[in-house]
This record gives sequence, structure tokens and C-alpha cells, in this order.
Amino acid sequence: MIARLKGPTDIEGFKRKARLLLKRDIRPDEVLWQSGDGQPGLWADEGFFTDVEPSMPFSVPAWIAPLCESALLHGDPGRFHLLYKLLWRLVSKRDQVLRHDELDADRRAAVQLAREVGREIHKMRAFVRFFPHGEGEALRHIAWFEPEHHVVEANGPFFVRRFAQMRWAIFTPERSIEWDGDRLSSGPGVDRSGLPPVDPGAALWLTYYENIFNPARLKLAMMTKEMPRRYWKNLPEAALIAPLTAQAAQRSEAMVAAEPTPARRIKPIRQKQS
Amino acid sequence: MELQRKLAILADAAKYDASCASSGSSPRDSLGGRGIGSTEGMGICHSYAPDGRCISLLKVLLTNHCQYDCLYCINRASSNVARARFRVDEVVDLTLNFYRRNCIEGLFLSSGIVKSPDYTMEQVVEVARVLREEHDFRGYIHLKTIPDASEELLALAGRYADRLSINIELPTVAGLQALAPEKDAAGIERSMGRLRLHIDAAREESRPRAPRVMPGAAPKVAVAPRFAPAGQSTQMIVGADASDDRSILATSAALYSKHRMRRVYYSAFSPIPDASRALPLQAPPLVREHRLYQADWLIRFYGFEHQEIVQGDSGLLRLDVDPKLAWALAHPARFPVDLNSAPRELLLRVPGLGAGSVDKLLQARRVRRLRAEDLRALRVSPAKVLPFVSVDGHKAGTAPQQSAPAPRQQELFA
Repeated sequence: MIARLKGPTDIEGFKRKARLLLKRDIRPDEVLWQSGDGQPGLWADEGFFTDVEPSMPFSVPAWIAPLCESALLHGDPGRFHLLYKLLWRLVSKRDQVLRHDELDADRRAAVQLAREVGREIHKMRAFVRFFPHGEGEALRHIAWFEPEHHVVEANGPFFVRRFAQMRWAIFTPERSIEWDGDRLSSGPGVDRSGLPPVDPGAALWLTYYENIFNPARLKLAMMTKEMPRRYWKNLPEAALIAPLTAQAAQRSEAMVAAEPTPARRIKPIRQKQS
Repeated sequence: MELQRKLAILADAAKYDASCASSGSSPRDSLGGRGIGSTEGMGICHSYAPDGRCISLLKVLLTNHCQYDCLYCINRASSNVARARFRVDEVVDLTLNFYRRNCIEGLFLSSGIVKSPDYTMEQVVEVARVLREEHDFRGYIHLKTIPDASEELLALAGRYADRLSINIELPTVAGLQALAPEKDAAGIERSMGRLRLHIDAAREESRPRAPRVMPGAAPKVAVAPRFAPAGQSTQMIVGADASDDRSILATSAALYSKHRMRRVYYSAFSPIPDASRALPLQAPPLVREHRLYQADWLIRFYGFEHQEIVQGDSGLLRLDVDPKLAWALAHPARFPVDLNSAPRELLLRVPGLGAGSVDKLLQARRVRRLRAEDLRALRVSPAKVLPFVSVDGHKAGTAPQQSAPAPRQQELFA
């Protein structure tokens, strides 16, 4: 049986269909989840899901709902199957151990998806870079970002809370979100080539990045762990990483080798108040 | 002087402060306000420099002119570094500009001491005031407090800032006297004590309480005066004087309990341009710094007492193994720990098991027996953990005896 969703982030649709499937005790292996935006396929069994009568509420542990909300934003095509399998084990199989066991393999796999989604949401909050475009009334802050999972819309409210008094838009290949000062709207993805170039005001930020770096403490592995290379192409400061790294050893050796220079001046030391 | 140049000098002057945290403040956002900014508890690192350090805040000095001559400091009076000074509006504009670009969570402002501690503190507080009152900025502000500044300025700083900090600089009073003759250890201690009183009072006040009803007036809940909701922190320089790790950790433990620090930062003394002849000009002791952070973690989250962390007579942490493993190797009689029955405090002592993993194990063993495979499920290193535990599917071995090579520290005053 094919369960078709409206799109990759159709969590409501997943919940509705899962409820109907569980009610009839359909095994996870019998369901093929599809989340593409294409036409209903030949095998889509839409008739099955037209059941609109309110279904009995199932008793599920509190951890499953937030896990669904988050893990289902992952890019892994197997996520719907995995989450349905967890629900089925809890509801149909009444798996009491699973309820409490965080080390269960399926649950761990789902938690791992949720963790990766959470990390991508966090990294998007960190690495989106706005630049101003237009003037006066037309001023908007725009950004281009390429997230790994389907997190763009989930992050909209965060940027609204932070930049409520700005007008801004975040464009990605898959989805775009925009805030006009009153309303958050979302639309289809765009092609990067259609965006205006970054303004020169970013130069101050580059100056800051260059000078806050301490060449005596080069730790590239630590940096790439927290700021993986795949983000670099959209971070203006990342262009400085190679030159700063190349000069680091020489700069810190020079600091060590340099003879201390005689003090140019020593100001009189303020008398300590007692 | 051109703004680019000032920023270059004053960011360079600020980088020896390790802290860039933007976490732990009271949640707020810009909805319904006039300006921008939010904090939601969790800090965000907007970038990382090639030194592996998080860039979360615009970390600059208001000026690097300084009357003090602290030997370890790049900005000391006798240093020949280039000097610059920001105007208040320049720092405000830079902060807002970077914030709008989503490059930072806020501002970390410090300053060299010019004219007097009060004059300097006034300027620092003025930047925060303009950001908060004129621009309704709701992002994170960390202000470095100038020791000896007046009580009124301290109170004002706490009203605008999320976090305040005063650097203790060196672990011992003698070290401070030797290297920073103008700084006064008692004064630093006093200021930390005052900050704690303010922070505690504001926290007490902000507890939810029943609305007060006065005759003829609508019920009203008193609004607590704000004071540095993200608490205070401090920094100690490691490797600039002869203090050993045992005394450093003792000082940290006292700072955590006495002044309720949120964080003590350890900063490996790093070569600076135009350094003083009196200090070790060598690569910073980064591994030692890392071990101190691990030890600090054990004190704060793993129930270790500061006295039990440093093994042996050298007073130094082992550099070759982490302090938890070092403790376990020095106490073979306490192992193996039975994963299926040991209490939380003991599980926390097992090398390789983090606090999160321990809680998952405790949760799982309420409904079933734990097996050796569960360690793999936790994504901990079985090779690291198994020698110290017994669990179904694994026969308790004896903990490997590793002889401790003598810790090496860089030469002092070579």
C-alpha cells in the first residue's frame, strides 16, 4: 500500500495517515511512504485514506510527538517508515520496553535523525548571512543558504523573533521564506544566480574575523568540526581561512623570536586609592 | 583614524579573553519592540576562527590605551602595540551592523584603563545604555567590569548587561602581585562578591509571586529589576606564572562556590606581539589548558571534589590521559563498576561515560538488563569503558595499569 504525503515536510499528513493505518493494524512493511510532489501514482491507494471518522486516540508516550516533529524534517527517505514502525510497535505491539528504553535500535535511529535535524536548524541560525539590499522603503536584508535537511520553514519563527523589526528573506534551493514586518510567508526555492551580489559592507566583518584569530593557537580540526566545509561557500569569512592558516606558523614564530622592544613610554601609574 | 583600522587594532587587543559565550540569559525577543535582537537560552556560535574558537560576540576593547602595566597583557602601558580608541557610537553601529547581518549574538565589551576606573567604566556602560535604550537592542551584552569601579556604575552595568565578568587573571595573589602590580586581588574579590549579591537579589526578586492587590487598583505583579541574568564569569591565565594545576583548581572551586561563577575560563598564556622579557615566550600550553577545562567539568557536573582530581605529587594534571581516566587508573580498587547496579555517582566516575550516557543507561535498566552492546548503542568507546565495568556479556577485567609518565610543563622564565 502506498501512503502519499503532500510534500517532504507534511508532518500533519503523516500523523493522519499513520493513525488510520494503526487503526487497521497495518504492518510497517506493508506501507510504502511517498513524499514527492508528483501526480498520484498508479498504485496509490487513496481510497484507503478517505476514512474521516474520528479515530480512537492512541496512548503513546510523550517522547514520540516531538521526535516525529523533528525527525520527519530529515532528508532521509526512510524516515516515514522508521517513525511509523516506532508508532506501530508502541500501539499495535504494546511494546513496554520500547516505551522506556532509549537504547532501542529503532528509537536510536530516529533520535539520530532528530539530532541531525536539530543540528542543522542550529547551524542555519548560526550561518545564515544577511546582507542589505535596496534603500529606504525598499530596504530588505536577504540571505542565501543551502541546508542539508528540510529545516527552512521550521526556522522561520526564530528569525521573526530575532528580526521582527526588519524586512528580510532567506532563499534556498528548495524553499524560501520572507518576513515583511507583519507576516511570514513561504514560497518555492530559487536559483542562486538570480540573487544580487553581496554588498561591500561585509568588509568590516572580514576585518574583525581576521583580527580576532590568534595565530599562536591554530586548531583547524576543531574549527572544521564545528563549521564543516560544506558551509564555507556561503560564509564570506571562510575565504580568509586558507591565508590566515598559511601565515599562522610564521606569525607566531615571529612573535616568539622577536626581541622585546624598549618601552616607548610608561605612563605614570595612578595612585591607588585606599 | 579609519574605522577599519580601529576595528583591526581593538579586536586584536581583545582576543586574549577566552570567553565568547552567549548562553544562559533570560529569554526575550524583538516582537513588539523598536529594535532587533533575541536570546533564547542556548548560545549560538556564528563562526569559528582557525584557532577553533567560537565567534559568538563582537569582542572588542573600547580602547587599548591602558595605564596599567600587567606583564602578560598585550595592552600594558609599556607595550609598543598600536593604540586606538572607539567612540561610543562606533561600537554601537558596529554591533548593530554585524547583528543585522546575523554574524553575532551581541557584544562583549572590555577596555583598557584610561584616566580612572570610574571614567573607563562609565564609557563601557554608556555603550550598553545606548544599545539598550536608544536602539532597544535585545541581543546579548557581556561587559567586562573594571575592578574598583563605583557601586553605582556596577549596578548600571548589571541593568544593561546579560553577563558581567572580572578577570581574576592569576590563580594566586602572589602571582597577581608579581605580574600585575597595579591590580589589587582583594579589590577583584570584593567586586565579585558585590556582583554575586546583586545577581542573587535580582534572581530572588524575579521569582513568580502572587499579584498584589491594592484597594482601587488593578492587581499588579512587581517587575523585578534586571541584573546580569546570565551571571558572572572570570578568566585565569595558565602558564604565565608558576602556579600548579592543583592550586588553579582550588581557586576555581572557590570561585564557583563563593561567587557562584557561571564559568571560569582558562587561557593558556600565548605569545603576544611585543612581549615582556619577564615571561615565557613559547607556544601556549594548549593541552594543559584542555585538561584544566576537563577537570573543571568534573567538578561542576560529575561530582568530583577539586582536591581529588590532581594525582601524584607534581601538582599537575597528566597531559597524556584525561583527568577522569587518570583518577580511575589511580583508584583501581573502585573498579569494575557494575553497570546494572551501581548508583549514578559511581557510573559518573567511569572513564568514557558522559552524564547523558549515564542517564540513558539508568533509564534503560529500569525495564531490562544492560548488555555490553548497549555501550555501542550509546556511541561511547567500548575499548575505553569496558576495562572499568562489568555488564552482561562482558566479564569484568582488571583495569589496565598504566604507569604515569611524569607530567611535563613548559619551562618557566626560561
